[in-house]
Amino acid sequence: MKLTGSEALIQALKQEGVDTIFGYPGGAIMPVFDALYDHSRDIKHILMRHEQGATHAAQGYARVSGKVGVCFVTSGPGATNTITGIGDALMDSTPMVVITGQVGAALLGSDAFQEIDVVGITQPITKWAYQIRRAEDVAWAVARAFYIARSGRPGPVVLDFTKNAQIETTEFHYQACNFIRSYNPFPELQSEQVEKAVRLIDRAERPFALVGQGVVLSGAEEALRNFLEKADIPAAATLLGLSAMPSDFPLNRGFLGMHGNVAPNLKTNECDLLIAIGMRFDDRVTGDLNSYARQARIIHIDIDPSEINKNVKVHAPIWADAREALEALTQGIRPAKHSEWIASFEPHDRKEFEKVIEKEIHPEEGPITMGEVVRLVSEATEHDAVLVNDVGQNQMISARYFRFKRTRSIVTSGGLGTMGFGLPAAIGAKTGAPERRVCLFCGDGGFQMTLQELGTIMQEGTGLKMIILNNQFLGMVRQWQELFFDERYSFTHMQNPDFVAIAKAYGIEGCEVSLREELPQAIDRMLADDKPYLLVVNVEQKGMVLPMVPAGSCVTNILF
Amino acid sequence: MEEKLYTITVFSEHSVGILNQVSIIFTRRGLNIETLSVSPSALSGIHKFTITLFCSREMVEKVVKQIDRRVDILKAYYNTDEELVHQEIALYKVATDKLIALGGIEELIRRYHIRILELNESSVVFQKAGHYNETQELFEELKEQVGVLQFIRSGRVAITKSKVERLSDMLAAIEAKRKPDTD
Ligand SMILES: Cc1ncc(C[n+]2csc(CCOP(=O)(O)OP(=O)(O)O)c2C)c(N)n1
Repeated sequence: MKLTGSEALIQALKQEGVDTIFGYPGGAIMPVFDALYDHSRDIKHILMRHEQGATHAAQGYARVSGKVGVCFVTSGPGATNTITGIGDALMDSTPMVVITGQVGAALLGSDAFQEIDVVGITQPITKWAYQIRRAEDVAWAVARAFYIARSGRPGPVVLDFTKNAQIETTEFHYQACNFIRSYNPFPELQSEQVEKAVRLIDRAERPFALVGQGVVLSGAEEALRNFLEKADIPAAATLLGLSAMPSDFPLNRGFLGMHGNVAPNLKTNECDLLIAIGMRFDDRVTGDLNSYARQARIIHIDIDPSEINKNVKVHAPIWADAREALEALTQGIRPAKHSEWIASFEPHDRKEFEKVIEKEIHPEEGPITMGEVVRLVSEATEHDAVLVNDVGQNQMISARYFRFKRTRSIVTSGGLGTMGFGLPAAIGAKTGAPERRVCLFCGDGGFQMTLQELGTIMQEGTGLKMIILNNQFLGMVRQWQELFFDERYSFTHMQNPDFVAIAKAYGIEGCEVSLREELPQAIDRMLADDKPYLLVVNVEQKGMVLPMVPAGSCVTNILF
Repeated sequence: MEEKLYTITVFSEHSVGILNQVSIIFTRRGLNIETLSVSPSALSGIHKFTITLFCSREMVEKVVKQIDRRVDILKAYYNTDEELVHQEIALYKVATDKLIALGGIEELIRRYHIRILELNESSVVFQKAGHYNETQELFEELKEQVGVLQFIRSGRVAITKSKVERLSDMLAAIEAKRKPDTD
C-alpha cells in the first residue's frame, strides 16, 4: 500500500517507539500535522507556545526518560526558533530529533516564502542534518536519525522535510538502522587501555574521580558505585553528572567547578590520579588549564574520541562506553582503602559549611535566601524530585543545595547556559516522568524569557511545581558586576510584573512569599496536590553564589 | 607552539553538504585553509579531501578528531610533508609577443619542465606541476620577465609514502561489523 510522505513519517516514528511530540504547526508542515491528527490515540502531541519551548521540552523529556525527544515545527521562523534548543542539546549531549517543514523541492534556493537554509544553519549544531526531498526517503532518513541521535554520544538531529515529499506517495517499508559505515558509536573496549588504567589505579595513593553525564547516558550508575567502592575512591560530579550518584553516597564528595564545593576543587590539585568519567573538562569545571591537576596522572573515559586530549592532556585514555569501561576496571583493580585521603576532604567541607552553607540554607535573620528555599523544597519532596532549573544564581544554588536519591533527576542547561530553558524543559520533564514530582527553580529574568509556556501548562494540566526565586535582578550578572565591575549595576535591575496574577490569568494557582515564617507552609501548600503551581519567593536582592572560582583562574583560587 | 604546514586527508561519503561540515570546523577555531582539493577517490561513492593549513600539532590533532567524528566522514588523518609525496599544478597565461621578444624560451621550458597547453597569436598557456615553491618560482620569473596575464594554482594532492592501512581494507573491517539485517 502506498502512503504519503507525511503518513510514512508518522508510521516511522511509531516504529521508533515515539509516543510524545512537542510541536508548533505552520504552512510548510501542515500535511504532517494533518497525518498526525489520525494518530492522536498513539501519539500525544503537545502544542507549545513557541518553537524554542518545543525544543527545550523535548530536551527535558529526553533527559528524564532516556528516550529521544521529538519536535515538529514549520519552515522559516519555526525552524530558526529551534536553534537555541538544538545548540543546547548538542552541548549537553541530549538525544533529540527535530523535524522542520520546508518549502517544496522545486522552490529550494529561490527565497520562497518562509524558506530558510535549515541544513546549512544547523550543521554546526547537530550530529546530523538532512533534507528529505522525496517521500521514498522518509523511512530511511527517520531510521538513521534516531540511530544517530541516541547512539554513542547522543545529540540532536534535524530532518528538514520538503513539502512535496510530505504530500507525494511512496511504498513504505521500515527497517531500523543499526549500522552506518562512516559512523562508529560503539568503540570496542581496548584491553591495553584498561590495563594501563588499572595499573595507575592500583598504584594511586590519592585517587579522585570526576563524574559526568556520560555515566547517566551509558547507564553506568551501578557500575560507578561498584568501581568507587572497590578501590575506595572519592568522587565529585559535574553539573550534569550531579544525580549520577545519590547525594548521601559516602564517596560522593560533592559538586565540581566554578560554584562547586571547596574540597573537590582543592583536591583536584592534590590528588595523584584523576579519573574522569564521561565528562569533558569544560572550562567551568577546570578553570585555568595551565594550573589544572598538573601534579596528577589522568585517566579519561569518554565515548567521543574528539574529547580525549581536547582540553587536558591525559596519560591513559579509554575510548569506550563508560559502563563497559567501569565494569572492566572494577574487575581489574585491587580492593583498596584510602581513609586518610578521604578524611582530608573533611576540614574543607566543614569550613565551607561554616563560612557559606549554613548561612545560605539556615539563615536566621534578614531576607529569605535562595538556598533555604531550595533546601526546604528538597526536604519537602524527600529529596526524590526531579530538579529542573534555569540559568544564573537560581541554577547554581539549586544545583548546590538540592539533594538527589535517583539518577536522571537534574535537568539543566549546562553547556549553553540558556536562560528560558527551565520552564519548557520542566514541561518536558513532567511529561517524560509523569509519576515523579518535578520542581522548577527559575530566576525572575529567565522565567520571563519563556513564560508564554504557562499556556501549555494550562492546556495540558502539566502538574509541575514552579518556584521563582525573585531577586528583582539578573542576579548572576549582578554578582559579577559586584565582584568584577566595581558594583556598577549596568542594566541588571528588573521591574517585575505580578507573577501570581499572570499565573492566575492562565488558571494556575500560585502564591507570593516574602516572610521566612510563611515559607514552609507555602511549600506544603504547593506540594499538596498534583496540579501546576507557581510559588514566587521574594529573596535577598543582592545574594551571592559562593564559593566561586573566578572564570579562567586556578581551581584552588576560591572566593568564599 | 610551533606552527607548520600539515596536510589533512579526509574520506567522506559523497553526499550533499560535506564540504560545509568540514569547513565549519576550521571556521570555529579561526583557522585559515591554505589549499583544498576534493575529488572522487579510488573507491566509487567515496570522496577524498586534501586540505593544508599552518597550525600547531596539538591543533591539527583536535581538528582531525572533530572532522572524523562527523557522521558522514569515513576517516580523517593528518601528515607532515616528510611523510608525503605531494604535488600541485599551476597554469600561467603570458602574452605571445612578449615571450618571443624575450627569447631563450627553450632554456626556460627545459629548466622548469613546462608543458605548453595552448598557443595562439595573442597568448600562450604554460602548465607546471611541482611543489608550491617550484610553481611559485616560475610565477615570479615570468612576472618579472614578461608579465603574467592569468595564473591559477590547484590545491595540493598527496599520497603517503609509508605503507599505511588502505581505505579499502579499513572499509572491509568496518563492513565486517555490520550486524545481520533484522528482518
Ligand atoms: C539567553 C540568555 N541571555 C543572557 C544570558 C546571560 N545571563 C546569565 S545568568 C543571567 C542572569 C539571570 O537572571 P535571573 O533569571 O533573574 O536569575 P538569577 O541569576 O537572578 O537567579 C544572564 C542575563 C544567558 N545565560 N542566556
